[in-house]
Amino acid sequence: MRYLPKSPVERQEMLAAIGAKSIDELFSSIPEKYRLRAPLKIPGPYSEAEVIQYFKERAAENAIGYTSFLGAGVYNHLRSVVTDTIIQRGEFLTSYTPYQAEISQGTLQAIFEFQTLMCQLTGQDVANASMYDGSTATTEAVLMAERLTGRQRVLIARSVHPEYRDVLKTYAKNSGLRIEEIPFTASGTVDTKALQGALKDDVAAVVVQSPNFFGAIESYAPLAEAAHSVGAMFVVAIAEGVSLGLLKPPTEADIVAMEAQSFGLPPSYGGPFAGVIAAREKYVRQMPGRLAGQTTDSEGKRGFVLTLATREQHIRREKATSNICTNQALCALAATVHLTLLGKEGLREMAQQNLAKAQFTLAEMLRIPGVRRTFDAPFFNEFTVEFPRSVKIVNSHLLREKIIGPLALGTPYPELTKHALVCVTETTPRAEIERFASAVKRALEQPI
Amino acid sequence: MAYPKSFRYTKEHEWIEVKGDLATIGITDHAQHELGDVVFVELPKPGAKIEAGKSFGTVESVKAVSEIYAPASGEVIEANGELQNKPETINSDPHGAAWLIKVRLTSAAGISDLMDASAYEAYIAEKGKETSA
Amino acid sequence: MNEKIKKASRHVSQSEGLIFEKSSPGKRAFELPPLDVPKAEPAKALAAHHRSEGVEGFPEVSEIEVIRHFTRLSTWNHAIDLGMYPLGSCTMKYNPRVNEFVARLEGIATEHPYQPQELSQGCLRILRLLEKSLLEITGMDAITLQPAAGAQGELTGLLLIRAYLQKQGNPRKKVLIPDSAHGTNPATAVIAGYEVENIKSESHGQVDVEGLRRLVTEDVAALMITNPSTLGIFEQRLPEIAQILHAKGAVLYMDGANLNALAGITRPGDLGVDVMHLNLHKTFSTPHGGGGPGAGPVAMKKILEPFRPVPILVEKENGRLALEPVRPDSIGRVKAFSSNFGVLVRALAYILAYGPGVRQATEDAVLNANYIRRHLEGVYELPYPLPSMHEVVFSDAIQKKNGVNTMDIAKRLIDYGFHPYTTAFPLIVPGALMIEPTESESREECDLFIDAMKAIAEEAATQPEIVKTAPHTTRVRRLDEVGAARKPVLRWKPAAPKSTAAD
Repeated sequence: MRYLPKSPVERQEMLAAIGAKSIDELFSSIPEKYRLRAPLKIPGPYSEAEVIQYFKERAAENAIGYTSFLGAGVYNHLRSVVTDTIIQRGEFLTSYTPYQAEISQGTLQAIFEFQTLMCQLTGQDVANASMYDGSTATTEAVLMAERLTGRQRVLIARSVHPEYRDVLKTYAKNSGLRIEEIPFTASGTVDTKALQGALKDDVAAVVVQSPNFFGAIESYAPLAEAAHSVGAMFVVAIAEGVSLGLLKPPTEADIVAMEAQSFGLPPSYGGPFAGVIAAREKYVRQMPGRLAGQTTDSEGKRGFVLTLATREQHIRREKATSNICTNQALCALAATVHLTLLGKEGLREMAQQNLAKAQFTLAEMLRIPGVRRTFDAPFFNEFTVEFPRSVKIVNSHLLREKIIGPLALGTPYPELTKHALVCVTETTPRAEIERFASAVKRALEQPI
Repeated sequence: MAYPKSFRYTKEHEWIEVKGDLATIGITDHAQHELGDVVFVELPKPGAKIEAGKSFGTVESVKAVSEIYAPASGEVIEANGELQNKPETINSDPHGAAWLIKVRLTSAAGISDLMDASAYEAYIAEKGKETSA
Repeated sequence: MNEKIKKASRHVSQSEGLIFEKSSPGKRAFELPPLDVPKAEPAKALAAHHRSEGVEGFPEVSEIEVIRHFTRLSTWNHAIDLGMYPLGSCTMKYNPRVNEFVARLEGIATEHPYQPQELSQGCLRILRLLEKSLLEITGMDAITLQPAAGAQGELTGLLLIRAYLQKQGNPRKKVLIPDSAHGTNPATAVIAGYEVENIKSESHGQVDVEGLRRLVTEDVAALMITNPSTLGIFEQRLPEIAQILHAKGAVLYMDGANLNALAGITRPGDLGVDVMHLNLHKTFSTPHGGGGPGAGPVAMKKILEPFRPVPILVEKENGRLALEPVRPDSIGRVKAFSSNFGVLVRALAYILAYGPGVRQATEDAVLNANYIRRHLEGVYELPYPLPSMHEVVFSDAIQKKNGVNTMDIAKRLIDYGFHPYTTAFPLIVPGALMIEPTESESREECDLFIDAMKAIAEEAATQPEIVKTAPHTTRVRRLDEVGAARKPVLRWKPAAPKSTAAD
């Protein structure tokens, strides 16, 4: 087998050195009746070519050659080939967690750079070296607020991504946290009146997303003020990080939970991605996840180490800030390389293209009889429209034209049946946007 | 380092110095030596209540965290703010400048059962023998 | 040579700065295609939300600088591609390159989790085959592929247990955890809402079965066990342990970190385990990438199946696959978007490459560990002499006599070209040296490792200072971790503007 570097002779010699007659002897501590005598029933062994063939066949059964208008937390953006060139280097791909700092300086410095980029983007003081994804980062941010305030009530906007809220509910069930949802207004943003009504000094955190699930941009200042007026923490979740190229960062937030998928990670059917928690400096000791810190060696040279490890599971055990052991390092590295490539101007330009394409798409759609805009709040690269007929039917027509239509909102938001979430990024050519609009028009003209 | 005779000592390596109904609490030289370089201390705020035998804070080195247990019950009057900026004081002066908290005792129960300096010295000498056995 | 000229030196020793320190306004590393729709007016469209300047401090460099910067950084890392990581319970095996290739295929990397399921049958078939293969390997009845990491798999497992017990009327209060367990175990139990009760290992390093019998009451929800234990020793009484728990209605959870000793040889399900998580980044070769991503699927017996996180992968009548988002008893979601799919693809590619031959990988792993053990017995103290499986745990007791401890030995091992083994864990062995070579090491590499460890033992006896001050050959010396923790510097900041002479 090509992954096993032993010849039959070597195996024999090693067994002899151990003093065992057969490999079976080495498993004698496993009671006989539990040892498998028949081979496992799994396909293979496959040669390299057969492995590739298998996955090419699966790929052909997926959506190749379609133009997609889906966003909703996973975004198609341009990715430079340079990113893979770097993360495919064996020294990054096959290296271990940098606990032994002297031989992991590459990883550690890259993490330090990632932390810096995240702080710059979000306007916060410190950022960790990534959580699993945006949904778990948001959950961990809430748990952090619970620890810091000692309170158990959480107010979360209903316009936060439904799956982010689902994950929070799963974690909350066992922690005594009480989650309450705050509705959105006809504009598509958080209902501040309802929020005010719900706020009391037992609230640990107010959680919003911006741009929110509908693509609408939230106003941070009044929300932060409301939260702080009762001593609650203001938590902002960001699912579309490219928006920060054109939008003011949430400096009013105490904790930011961001998904980094938009920064050079392919959609990959939902993962792996990378979540980030960024916060004010004074909260750093309650922050979960790995942190790389700058230091010097015994000769005064600058170097980096994992630090404040006493927050983490391998030392605190049952008193840890989280049970998390990973930091999605390779995904964070991809994001670091990607953002470094984009740079200040590139990120801004990418964001501008997203805005322009989304504006153009909305204009095209509003020219279709019967199509209306759902919300009037400013948006970045996603917006919501209402169709005069079922979104499912519209989308089935679009599929025939090799277009994956916008996300139907009726399941997560029953009051928004017939509404759809349209996402357009810099990757969608004008011709495709126009084709999409005319396909929608035709779909609406079809008899039922 | 000498162990002050006016202190009393716990099995968990805290010291307490009582003056009337006020007491000062810290950790011993032996404790700081076991911990290594101290990087952070977490202490209760003034007004907080501490209970004999229960943890009231933590001391951290790079690789370990230790709970600090209350030798007696009382209310915290002052926590040593110096230690936020200079946690290394615990290593250099654990019995003096690195006092952790000052409390108003609500009960003197149990304090007389704590070890005096020579009993504590014997205790840690005994422990030293156990671990190297 | 003119000393005023700043010479470029080889990157291995060159102090490559931070990318921000190379930044200069106007440099670009990436260009977008021209905009083909009318420009928007951000100030108008975004009103008060508009960020009028670019992100402050963001780097501005060229493409070659990016390539050089990260290439240079990479040369400062050790990696499996370079040599062994004898880290106990980490299973640092070869990361097959074909796995990277298939994960990047168009139609695999490009799929959106919300696209129509009829256009995702390829993805769903990959998930289904992985589910079936992992069930075959573990001897379990049902599985979830959702958890994004081992620790998250542990949490999912405990939440499943809680839901199951809750359904019977009482979620119970306590989880029993051996003192040899990995730190994620107790941390996870607390997050799942349980109290942790530690159970001491007996003199051979195994779970104290009589002690367990006394501890298991109807207040105990589960025992979290690692098998083989973190000492690398098979828990021979595991079936008996399962019976003790089941008799009181409690559940047996197995941490699957050490599955590399069992795959193809025996199945946890057959041994009485009710639920376990797997670490795809350990046993199933998905790359560590410097610390993630991983994946932590959870396999379980039928009793826990109804509580699995949604969505559930189901086979429909016509052979089509579908993800069903609703199950009445489900614990809910633990992660958005159903799974770390890219990691799952890599794990399946690994399984397909081996097929039933995965057994041979396990055999070679155990062979390597025992070979190393045989040659180092007597050189280092072996605190628990029961047979080792895929890893062996020594202690530094012999070397301690000269003031040399496991951390020193580990650092000196770096000078011999190896990554250190796991130091100071498991906690029940003071001064532990936890060594797991995996099946990916050739006899030659094993011999090199043995020679290095012997040489260091010799040094510890005759010239301990060289060990205590190691490493000597790395780019940086021992780093000041104390300073880093006292005054954390966690990001780069631009230098403050120079003050004027008047200040």
